[in-house]
Amino acid sequence: MSKVLSLNKSIYLIIALALLIFPFVSDSRTWTILLTQIFIFAILAMSYDLLLGYTGIVSFGHAMFFGIGAYTTGIMLDTFAPTLLYFVLSIAVGFILAAVVSFFVGILTLRLKSHYFAMLTLALSGLFLVAAEKWRSLTYGNDGFTFRAPEIFQDRLVFYLLSLGCLIAVFIFLKRFVSSPMGHVLISVRENENRTASLGFNTLHYKVIASVAAGVIASLAGSLYAVSLRFVNTSVMTMDITLDALLMTIIGGVGTLVGPILGAGVIELAQHYLSGLARDYPIFERWIILFGILYIIAVIFFPRGIVGGIQRVFAKLSGKKVKAARPIKKSVVKS
Amino acid sequence: MALLETKNLTIQFGGHTAVDHVSFSLPEKEFKSVIGPNGAGKTTFFNLLSGELKPTEGEVYYKGKSLNKVSAVERTRRGIGRSFQITNVFPNLTVFENVRLAVQSKEKVRYPFWKSTRSYHGLAEKTHELLEQVLLDNKAHMIAAQLSHGEKRKLEIAMLLALDTEVLLLDEPTAGMSLEEVPAILNVIRSIKDQGDKTILLIEHKMDMILDLSDSIMVLFNGQLLADGTPEDIMQNETVQQAYLGGYEDGKSVRNA
Repeated sequence: MSKVLSLNKSIYLIIALALLIFPFVSDSRTWTILLTQIFIFAILAMSYDLLLGYTGIVSFGHAMFFGIGAYTTGIMLDTFAPTLLYFVLSIAVGFILAAVVSFFVGILTLRLKSHYFAMLTLALSGLFLVAAEKWRSLTYGNDGFTFRAPEIFQDRLVFYLLSLGCLIAVFIFLKRFVSSPMGHVLISVRENENRTASLGFNTLHYKVIASVAAGVIASLAGSLYAVSLRFVNTSVMTMDITLDALLMTIIGGVGTLVGPILGAGVIELAQHYLSGLARDYPIFERWIILFGILYIIAVIFFPRGIVGGIQRVFAKLSGKKVKAARPIKKSVVKS
Repeated sequence: MALLETKNLTIQFGGHTAVDHVSFSLPEKEFKSVIGPNGAGKTTFFNLLSGELKPTEGEVYYKGKSLNKVSAVERTRRGIGRSFQITNVFPNLTVFENVRLAVQSKEKVRYPFWKSTRSYHGLAEKTHELLEQVLLDNKAHMIAAQLSHGEKRKLEIAMLLALDTEVLLLDEPTAGMSLEEVPAILNVIRSIKDQGDKTILLIEHKMDMILDLSDSIMVLFNGQLLADGTPEDIMQNETVQQAYLGGYEDGKSVRNA
């Protein structure tokens, strides 16, 4: 077991080092930007995996925390000054806002069973979207606003390294989190909430904690996203963001943490190339339809996602009965 | 003083009264069995004791204090643990992880989020101890879903023992087991009884087992308490025989429901 773990750790380390070195050996600006985008969405997808994969919570409102981070950073950099200090402060303020909102949303909604909870998160997220649209004095409504990022981020390489650093930090934090006593209770909530309660755990506490942790991490992703575009509008709060996070998690492998990172890579690359093909082949102008097909294929043939599929193959080859990533909940597929 | 008691405990589902004014008391360290035909309200009675259901009327007392406003989680923490009639383990976790969760709860290792669970060596030791007690130590790293039915029941008991509650509510621990599997579980329950520090309420249909283990027996019929007394009293009680046992003779008969 320890050999497998050290093998895993070695692979993670090699990939991290390769990504660290990449911008120094490649002068492709497109790839630097694309990988930065992948890192940011990987952070968002991992935060979603903490909810879906480890706690069994299906949320359709995750975009609101991403939006909170994006707007907080955008507004603070625009209002005060585009300095590194305000950037860091804006992330901290985003954390606090996301924590407070996710705490109250969690307390109010997590007593409900999965479908009702999912619907309510959708409604609350909608409420935040409408607020962002209507509170024009702060958000400039649907049009959004551009702002200046801190000087240091003019260099795309610096922002690439920052995003990669955040991704690694979040990955290590979540890996430890899900391997801790708290993480194991979250997994038991996912498996059988009533049974967990009968063991003397207050399951609501755990679900709220997971919700706050996921909200805060999503807010970090939002802050980075806003700076990467130097622009924020209401699109950061839309259902599309939540669906992207959901897709990335499912395609990568639910309940694996590495899966959502791979999922983010697959989805972002697919979006990039499919929309690029539209220049030559008109059919790809409707690339989102192809995306739908990709999603259906993934759910039917790879219900455990990329990482889950690989785990199963290895398990079969080694003849061991090991735990692989779990298949997606039927409720998610139906939704 | 009784450790666990009920007064006029009643629950209605629509027009149906599943448990009907049941008053009973369970003295400390007693082994009491609950018998009755299917549909008599035995599991519902357990659900009322453990807090999964709230009574329509009546009270549950533990150590003299009413539990009516106490949640199921809090009842477990106070000392009432239960196993389930339908196997209720975490199917995708290993046998070891299942029991370790219960040990975690007992040891109050509930909220640490940074240190790995593996580094809590006390949890692992206690978990192995319990798995040995229920003869599952050799299957510790199997996924629970891959266990046989009998092994899952043993796992249930290990999880219940891990909580180290004063009261154990055992809901048909041999349900669905093959005849070969029964003696192992019987031995486990007997060893718990012989340790002498637990108060046990057992729902069971196997009369041999009940007579072998029980200090007292209570009989439920159509949600009502038909009789409560020593095994000898119950066996000689004509109403019980007519309602439930259907002419129990020479200690070999089983339920006729």
